[in-house]
Amino acid sequence: MFTETAISKQKRWTENVMRIFFLVMTSLMILPLLLIIGYLIYKALPVLSLEFLFTNPKDNMRAGGLWAPFLGTIYLVVVSLLVSAPIGVFAAVYLNEYARESWFTRITNLAVVNLAGVPSIVHALFGVGAFVLFAGLGESILAASLTLAIMTLPVIIASTTEALKAVPMSFREACWNLGATRWQTIRRIVIPNSISGILTGVILQVSRAAGETAPIMFTGAVFYKAIAEGNLFAYNVMEQCMALSLHLFTISTQVPDVTEGIPYGTAVVLVGSVLLVNAAAIVLRVYLRTRKKW
Amino acid sequence: MNILRKKSAAHLPFSETAIELFIRLCGISSILFVFGIFFFVFREGAGFLFGGLDLGQFLTSVEWQPTSLNNKRYGAFALIVGTFSVTLLAMCIAVPFGLGAAIFVSEFCSPKLRETFKIIIELLAAIPSVVWGFIGLTLMNQLIISVFNAPIGLTMLNGSIMLALMSVPIIVSIAEDALKAVPDSYREAAEALGATRWQVVYRVLLPAAKNGLLAAVLLGAARSIGETMAVLMATGHSVNIPSGPLSWIRTLTATIAAELGEVARGDEHYQVLFIIGILLFTITFVVNLIADLVIKGIRQES
Repeated sequence: MFTETAISKQKRWTENVMRIFFLVMTSLMILPLLLIIGYLIYKALPVLSLEFLFTNPKDNMRAGGLWAPFLGTIYLVVVSLLVSAPIGVFAAVYLNEYARESWFTRITNLAVVNLAGVPSIVHALFGVGAFVLFAGLGESILAASLTLAIMTLPVIIASTTEALKAVPMSFREACWNLGATRWQTIRRIVIPNSISGILTGVILQVSRAAGETAPIMFTGAVFYKAIAEGNLFAYNVMEQCMALSLHLFTISTQVPDVTEGIPYGTAVVLVGSVLLVNAAAIVLRVYLRTRKKW
Repeated sequence: MNILRKKSAAHLPFSETAIELFIRLCGISSILFVFGIFFFVFREGAGFLFGGLDLGQFLTSVEWQPTSLNNKRYGAFALIVGTFSVTLLAMCIAVPFGLGAAIFVSEFCSPKLRETFKIIIELLAAIPSVVWGFIGLTLMNQLIISVFNAPIGLTMLNGSIMLALMSVPIIVSIAEDALKAVPDSYREAAEALGATRWQVVYRVLLPAAKNGLLAAVLLGAARSIGETMAVLMATGHSVNIPSGPLSWIRTLTATIAAELGEVARGDEHYQVLFIIGILLFTITFVVNLIADLVIKGIRQES
């Protein structure tokens, strides 16, 4: 009675074919990631060492290491984080805790979506027009960081909103019933209960800001600048700096006869730091999910 | 409830009012920034946009000679065609893979495998655009030269493959959300009628989720249009109406990135670059707006 008929056999066959077809498609997307990272590391092996990270580029950037661009990227990321983290987190608090369903909230949400969609090079033009020229900051770490901060704001807003939404409404209601004001509720209940989610967003902002090239090209990053090796405070925020991403662009397109391996090494350091930061965010998220109490 | 809260607001301590004001200010900051971006980019380009620039020539001429001494021409048509053709080709590559991967991850996959795939896709999205450009310049360049026997591998095809890899993560994540949003009862009803998984996907899920899938494609395209470093490094960067996937092109974004460093402030050429910026802003704004309306459309239906 339950033997296989021709139709059910054919059904099972198409089912399996489609499953494999989609599996192949997904793998074809993932393969490049492994392939590319493998290729970069393979080509970079001759130059990769700790010394590579801690010496300045030498000989018109044809040799040497990555100290100045690496430190510059750290400066840009930290300053932009100092600006975008508070604004982004509080913007999400507003959207999730204060704003009611209205056309204005709808427009605010739309603005966040659109801010995320503005091309990076347009952010660069904005940075030039607003920070470098209008605000008179000149081409400086500060101007570049502010541009990066505005560009990465939607990343923080999106993940903070997600984290705040995950806090059950009953927590807030219990707190209000004790006579707490809205801000007290947010500070004592909502934020402590969603802090790991908020941190994930902040970490993702770091990874995003570290990789961007276009927005910093004309607002504060320079092709070359010599700084003291080993000094963490070698840059001043009102000066220009080098950056890893721009350095990779420069040595792979503008400088002839760069020592074979150095551009690959730069790419590995850039991808490596970005992926490391992202991996931290993923670990934090998985950890969070396993110990959630409600 | 609201009335109660409004009443109590009258005798809130000052610090509480101050912090609320700050939060509200942050909340509307995104609106301010979007307007600010438009305003400041517009401000730098406005002078030439309204006084001097031949808009017809700008949009239809293929002659881009901003640095010529006696015959300056600002025709951005080839750049616009370049942007759209590289995006179109990128979407032709990315959409089948992206939607296929989204279908696999959301319908055919065990939960554990799904988590792994999603993490890998997230990591794929994290790779900086300048690194994609570098890959295009080195690995993909050699690959295209040897496969197509082309003289140089920095072509539209190269840029499109890079853009496809960059926009696939967006397409996958939004398309997967759209598929997830289809109620399980649809799947159960179809399976109860004896449909296979593939039939469920093809006959039930794809039609039910088509708006969300469209939004995924649109957002992927918007990402490609706005991408700068990868196309700057991988497409050959020469003003040209493309005749095929192996021709060189130049895009709107790459033009700004390559030339802004070399112009003097207030110059016509400088202002034209900002006008290109306005054009880019407008294009991506419209595409994002449409995608948003399409997504909101489904939410209201369901």
